[in-house]
Amino acid sequence: MHPDPRPLVLSLSGITKRFGPLTANDHIDLDVRAGEIVALLGENGAGKTTLMSILFGHYVADEGVVHIAGPDGQLSALPGGSAEAALAAGIGMVHQHFALAENLTGFENIVLGTQSLWTLGLRRGAARAKLERLITESGLATDLDVPVARLSVGEQQRIEILKALYRDVRVLILDEPTAVLTPQEADGLAATVRTLAAKGLAVIFISHKLHEVLALCERVVVLRGGAKVADQPTLGASRASLAELMVGRPIPARERPPANPGAPVLVLRGVSVGAPDQRDRLQGADLEVRAGEIVGIAGVSGNGQGALAQLVAGLASPRAGEALIAGLRASRADPAGRIAAGIGRIPEDRHRDGTIGALTVAENYVLETIAAPENQRAGLIRRDDIRRRAARAIADYDVRCPGPDAAVRALSGGNMQKVVLARVLERAPRLVLAHQPTRGLDIGATTDVHRRLIAARDRGAAVLLISEDLDELFALSDRIAVVHAGHLSAAMDTAGLDIRTVGLMMAGHAAEEAA
Amino acid sequence: MIRFIPRERTPVWLTVAVSVGAGLAALLLTAIPLALSGAPVLGAFVLMAKGALGDGFALAETLTRATPLIFTGLAAAVAFRAKLWNIGAEGQLYAGALATVALGAGLIEAPAYVLVPLVLIGAALAGAALLLVPVLFKTRFGADEVVVTLLMNFIVLLFVQMMLEGPMKDEMAMGWPQSAPVLDEATLPKLITGLRLHWGLVIAVISALLLHVFITRTVWGFRIRAVGENARAARYAGLPVGKAMALVGLLSGGLAGLAGASEVAGLKGYLTADLSPGFGYAGIVVATLANLSPLGVIPSAIFVAGVFVGADSMSRAIGVSNYLADLVVALALLSVLVGGLLTRFRIVLVRREAV
Repeated sequence: MHPDPRPLVLSLSGITKRFGPLTANDHIDLDVRAGEIVALLGENGAGKTTLMSILFGHYVADEGVVHIAGPDGQLSALPGGSAEAALAAGIGMVHQHFALAENLTGFENIVLGTQSLWTLGLRRGAARAKLERLITESGLATDLDVPVARLSVGEQQRIEILKALYRDVRVLILDEPTAVLTPQEADGLAATVRTLAAKGLAVIFISHKLHEVLALCERVVVLRGGAKVADQPTLGASRASLAELMVGRPIPARERPPANPGAPVLVLRGVSVGAPDQRDRLQGADLEVRAGEIVGIAGVSGNGQGALAQLVAGLASPRAGEALIAGLRASRADPAGRIAAGIGRIPEDRHRDGTIGALTVAENYVLETIAAPENQRAGLIRRDDIRRRAARAIADYDVRCPGPDAAVRALSGGNMQKVVLARVLERAPRLVLAHQPTRGLDIGATTDVHRRLIAARDRGAAVLLISEDLDELFALSDRIAVVHAGHLSAAMDTAGLDIRTVGLMMAGHAAEEAA
Repeated sequence: MIRFIPRERTPVWLTVAVSVGAGLAALLLTAIPLALSGAPVLGAFVLMAKGALGDGFALAETLTRATPLIFTGLAAAVAFRAKLWNIGAEGQLYAGALATVALGAGLIEAPAYVLVPLVLIGAALAGAALLLVPVLFKTRFGADEVVVTLLMNFIVLLFVQMMLEGPMKDEMAMGWPQSAPVLDEATLPKLITGLRLHWGLVIAVISALLLHVFITRTVWGFRIRAVGENARAARYAGLPVGKAMALVGLLSGGLAGLAGASEVAGLKGYLTADLSPGFGYAGIVVATLANLSPLGVIPSAIFVAGVFVGADSMSRAIGVSNYLADLVVALALLSVLVGGLLTRFRIVLVRREAV
């Protein structure tokens, strides 16, 4: 191979980080050149996050050095443990979990910290002009003037990406950037990334969507168990070969027997949820989910799937229309009643809604059923019984944790989600609401979630799958409906459905013109 | 350079060590103003220790002072566990004291085994009812309970003064604004003859044990912890968030009310408007030092009480103002807040790498 003529921007050599007995990073070398798009692959726990945290100064490496090019192109060592130094050196990152001040607008979030405290007021004009230019260049259109809390997850991520671009980064790390974008938007982002790379930006692209990695990146680095197991050009690699490198063993093809639908379990007739002026609302929705089938809801977040999820989960009630959920006329918000009716709910945000971080795995496991006879006697908690059953669930669901008494917040996202799955699926629910069930999970955990949702379906449960990941929807759903601006389309059979059609419908085109 | 690395879990010994360390650090820091005032530093501390723990009499005095602090400490601990910021224990204490006098000073004539429980229950209910108002304001209208409970303290104290100047004034008290004394049948007996230590301490310690069991072992305790740690997830999981909050209000207000009953029926015998030198506020310090653990409240209250009693005794001996006690307690609170960093982070010293 001839040497690459582009200058090095970033060079990690021999990075090692140990947490007690665990070696999270084991002598990792990584070079990134200007204008290069490098994919960083690895399962959760493979060491990606640790490596990025070291790069970012959140952790100090036990061994090894990070070199970064200055404006003159000269490499110099980056002082460890200083986020300021990393930022000043031009490293920017868009995290999977956003770091936005929810009560400030997108514009304020982006400008925050870039202007001197002594400046009176924001120098809006120049900042605004620069942002408008970035938005035009990158195609990351979003409303900059409403509080971030009112934006959807997808829009918040766009703000995050703009925030990094605004800071003139030389190395941009994107952690799962396309997880919440429509295929068209993802294509737009890919184009943006290519444009930026062509101007000399080095991009480290962390994603679990292997086809994106293959399409976008020129080189792929795979971590497994803290060590680098591959550093190769994407040319010649395949999804199967990359997945195998990440997991360390061949991945069996997903098997999905055909659905055998029974009686309707979830019936919506002309249901509206949320005030008409609310962004994430549902208007006159009709939907039927039958026992033994998975119905997927596609849509960019903030278009009404949140309202649908809230209705099914019991956090909201229909403003108009009729909702029959697992035989229950859902006329009021009543989470406990929905649970009792046999609805298993997997919330979108497992940190905020799904688990209580300070409580233990066992306590989170019985969070919904603490008052049930198997968990208490005369108001006293049956701790030993709960711990024993939690230990069994930990084994059954392969939750990697120190034990039932470990605090849930110490678990990785995938293992946290397994605790939620164990809690929800253990009770053999008649209806499963799975809202973004694999967001932020790695291949192993995602495969596991998918397998369990299909198993629940085959057991006879109706499954409502809300996702922004079209690959996931097409892989799991028997039928797919699209939600846009509060309107829910009819559910279409997945067989024979074109992913582009769904993508266009997500952007607001009617089914006929999209097809 | 110092680096803070978040801990995944905090060992129990560390939590205890931080609290103990904070107490010691507070005493050490107090040495500075002591030295500046020209007092013999070591001698002052020896006098303080002797005054607080030196003999049976001193110890009994410390425990007497600790009794209301255990109650108000528990009131703060249970409320703060659920993120209900009850700053109104002082008012709830007075509400309990008022109920004690209302029920125990002659309204009802009954033997002690009826009247004492009645007075205690009445005081607890009065404190609970007082806190229920801000809790309902919070759950129904989103009113900030810090402001409401804090302001209600002043309302209650003015109400007490009004009652003591008016309907409840003891005609036999030579014009002093104080209530009629509680009946002998409503009085908490002394634990040891000749000392001021009374059964309130026993009730306080039992309350701490019961609260510990309640929080860690019962369904409702579980719900309270869940709501306190993440109310959103608790609501999502179908837990009765509003009821759990109301229950916390009842418990917290009730415990503060018991502090008032214990002071009136166990120690003073009648109600005056200066019954509490800020026990309600000191309870917040006690609970914080105890890391909101009901069992930890007991030693924490004894420490704070010891500081106050010891400082009184020292100031009498060498003429240093007993405001020093407030200083120690304030420094202990600040130290434990700083120490809280240790429980949440591992602190690592790293050498700045050569560039």
